[in-house]
Amino acid sequence: MSNSTATTGSTATKKAPEDHDQSPWFLPLVFVGGFIFGIGLALSQMARPEVVLSFLQFTDFGLIFVMGGAAAVVSGIFFVASASGRSAPLSGRRYTRRLKSMDRDVMVGGGIFGVGWGLSGICPGAAYASLGIGNVVILYGVAGMFVGAYLQGYLREVRAGTAATQPAD
Amino acid sequence: MTLTTVLLIETLFPNGISHYLLGGILIGVGTAIIYLGTGIHAGASTFLESTLSYASKLSRFQQPKFIASRDWRVVFTAGIIAGAAAYSITLGDFGWTTEVQPSRLFVGGILIGIGTRLGKGCTSGHGVCGVGSGSKTSIFNVAIFMLVAIGVAQLVMALGVTP
Repeated sequence: MSNSTATTGSTATKKAPEDHDQSPWFLPLVFVGGFIFGIGLALSQMARPEVVLSFLQFTDFGLIFVMGGAAAVVSGIFFVASASGRSAPLSGRRYTRRLKSMDRDVMVGGGIFGVGWGLSGICPGAAYASLGIGNVVILYGVAGMFVGAYLQGYLREVRAGTAATQPAD
Repeated sequence: MTLTTVLLIETLFPNGISHYLLGGILIGVGTAIIYLGTGIHAGASTFLESTLSYASKLSRFQQPKFIASRDWRVVFTAGIIAGAAAYSITLGDFGWTTEVQPSRLFVGGILIGIGTRLGKGCTSGHGVCGVGSGSKTSIFNVAIFMLVAIGVAQLVMALGVTP
């Protein structure tokens, strides 16, 4: 068996750059941010699909305050920080707003996500939090999300491969 | 406040407003902490793709942006799980289980996986970071998924499926 421990030096492959390389505080900070994010999802009860469905079915409009409250906080911080022209201490990245380009995928993807959200009452962040509150049944949903993300990536890769072999129009 | 206003508020928000608002603010604070420290707009759904890069050799998942972010995205998700767990254990309602059928969760999950990847974001990426940035793309995406979800959830209810 040639499965011996890799020797350091010549055989060691160069490690791909990672976002958290710059500072040892990067990952702990992300954990703290995620932790508070998770408390918010549990406290607001968005981690419960029933509560999300009660919003979508017009029996309790409280969810407006969850997304609205979060977006309001983020809006203030994003605008002040991006206007300052400074960069983040743990990465050196310049503070920017989140602006994505508009295309047909944004509409089609939003529609497909909407069908899934309305059918199940779960979305990615809320599903992780749901696991945290001990709702193990949510693993069906999380498994589905991985299957869906894989399918989307697989189909996109296959189509890109086909397109590459065809002459450009 | 007039009686009508009180009744209207009780009809629209039968469970009150404060825990929704406070929860939303904490979601915003968590996002803001990550942003102020790292400059990153943390969304929850890219975790799906970036985590697939550990297991799949498809070049779609092996993009540098996923390799570079996959570790912290795992940590972000672990933080979300831990925060929700700490809250529910403290309150003593840990172990609450949904009555939404597993088939709905699974099929819904597949559509969420496809839709959020195709549409460049989810409730946190577009809904919180994008809307918070005043992005027209995100506002449009949120309007679409919100309207479609309302239609589907109403249809599910009309068909007599509960919850």
